[in-house]
Amino acid sequence: MDLEKVERFRDEIRLKTLQELHHLGFGHYGGSLSIIETLAVLYGDVMQVNPTDPMWEDRDYFILSKGHGGPGLYAALAVKGYFPEEMLYTLNQNGTKLPSHPDKNLTPGVDMTTGSLGQGISAAVGVALSHKLSERKNKTFCIVGDGELNEGQCWEAFQFAAHHKLHNLFVFVDDNKKQLDGLTKDIIDPIDFAAKMDAFGFYTCKVDGSDVGDIHQAILQGMNQKEKPVAIILDTIKGQGVRYLEELADNHHIRPNESDTAAIEQAIHELETKLKQEVGG
Amino acid sequence: MISTVYEKEKREMRQVYAETILELAKANPEVIALEADLMSAITTNKIKAEIPNQLINSGIMEANMMGVAAGLSLTGKIPYVHTFGQFATRRTFDQLFVSGGYAKTNIKILGSDAGITAEHNGGTHMTFEDIGLMRLVPQAHVYEASDSTMLGYLLRRIEKEHGIHYIRTIRKNAVKLYEENETFEDGKGKLLRDGCDVTIIATGIMVAEALQAADILERQGIHAAVIDMYSIKPIDAELITEYAQKTKAIVTAENHNVIGGLGSAVSEVLAENHPVPMYRIGVREQFGQVGKVDYLKTYYKLTNTDIVEAVQRLIEK
Repeated sequence: MDLEKVERFRDEIRLKTLQELHHLGFGHYGGSLSIIETLAVLYGDVMQVNPTDPMWEDRDYFILSKGHGGPGLYAALAVKGYFPEEMLYTLNQNGTKLPSHPDKNLTPGVDMTTGSLGQGISAAVGVALSHKLSERKNKTFCIVGDGELNEGQCWEAFQFAAHHKLHNLFVFVDDNKKQLDGLTKDIIDPIDFAAKMDAFGFYTCKVDGSDVGDIHQAILQGMNQKEKPVAIILDTIKGQGVRYLEELADNHHIRPNESDTAAIEQAIHELETKLKQEVGG
Repeated sequence: MISTVYEKEKREMRQVYAETILELAKANPEVIALEADLMSAITTNKIKAEIPNQLINSGIMEANMMGVAAGLSLTGKIPYVHTFGQFATRRTFDQLFVSGGYAKTNIKILGSDAGITAEHNGGTHMTFEDIGLMRLVPQAHVYEASDSTMLGYLLRRIEKEHGIHYIRTIRKNAVKLYEENETFEDGKGKLLRDGCDVTIIATGIMVAEALQAADILERQGIHAAVIDMYSIKPIDAELITEYAQKTKAIVTAENHNVIGGLGSAVSEVLAENHPVPMYRIGVREQFGQVGKVDYLKTYYKLTNTDIVEAVQRLIEK
């Protein structure tokens, strides 16, 4: 992996996510920002995709089961070239092709409609099963939220994936420690996602979800085995990459006040400057 | 229509399902059947060895099964999903609504043990609301099979059609209604018997009851038309309107709640096109319970006598 290239891609996705949500004026900042590094590794290096032919038969599939992270995914798709970056400013506007939760029938590059939590992972399992049955090489990548794992359907899907030895399925658990109403440990204590996924029959590892190198390494390790589906527990922070938002208590869905806005604008400015300097340097 | 003896078929509906799935799967490698630990109940266990990679037991996880079906369809597979009607619809409603209908994926759903035919499984397993739920899914096609010829035909026909298709059926022996070469169009009803005084529109097991009611009425000098409205959505508005105009009274008969099902669908057509006096035979504000079909038919007022009485009341008005 070209680390510099993927880190730059990560910064571009984060910048576009912030600009997109800032333009809209509200939205799911927290859970969009915590998956940026993973999206950068997937779309920047790991996944075989073709932005000019989103439905390319040999592509790897990506399903964002935690659909409220849609704005982050849209930013990744725009930077990757699936659609013009200006389209990001239509997020949630009337008649948009970018609804708050992904819709495969509206947005180029979105493989499955998600947003009703627990459902994307089952669809991802179905895609992986299909490719295994047809002896195709496509891989399926799916991000689930830590809060989303409250849903029983996720655990149904995990049992199914392990039973069918879907080694072509990579599940990322975005363990950002918070869900809408507060800390996951206060609502439904996850206790230990890694131990759970391991017990459910997954090849499991836990990584720093803010480190693109670590995420990349974990995916490569998962690819080296052919018996089990892969679970990568991402140790992340809700609002990741923007210190002010990371420290904000209620950062699942933010309707920024004056100081929030100032901090978001500052973060946008810093990322723009950084990216410009990199081009200059 | 085949005869007026109303004999039970030798071939069970579940056999028709298993044999048709086997036929479709052998002919097309993209066909995948999914089960939720009810293979023995629908007899697909008997075909498993012949199509091991195209018949998958998902275990007792209907919600996931519906999502897996959606995922399979994203890659061009043609999933057929079976479980008892209440699990196929009310348990997985959000999954089939969002991952199915809303996402515009391609899932064929068989809901078995329609209404009172769940018999000794009782109230937890007795669905009187599956048609109502499925009608609420935009663009979904909703059918109730009334005999083995129809079930086999519908299963074959929907293979090539994209979207959400729900077929409701009993598992065991239906009354034989159709010759083997009969065809069943989407959005059409079958006029089984013509008449000029009243039209009885029925589905599933109630079609045979409607025909027997028509025989009784005939002896009383009341000429009843009988329509098998197997395609509940889309529904044959043209035929309903034509017979409302012709016979001036309509009775619907369904092994389902009168809210949301056939009776609702027919009354919606009548209200908007040609209102006539009507009565809906069906389950009213009740849950299911254990019992044999004959007992439950009487309990829920789903017999040919109930249809006859409804017609008499309607015509007297």
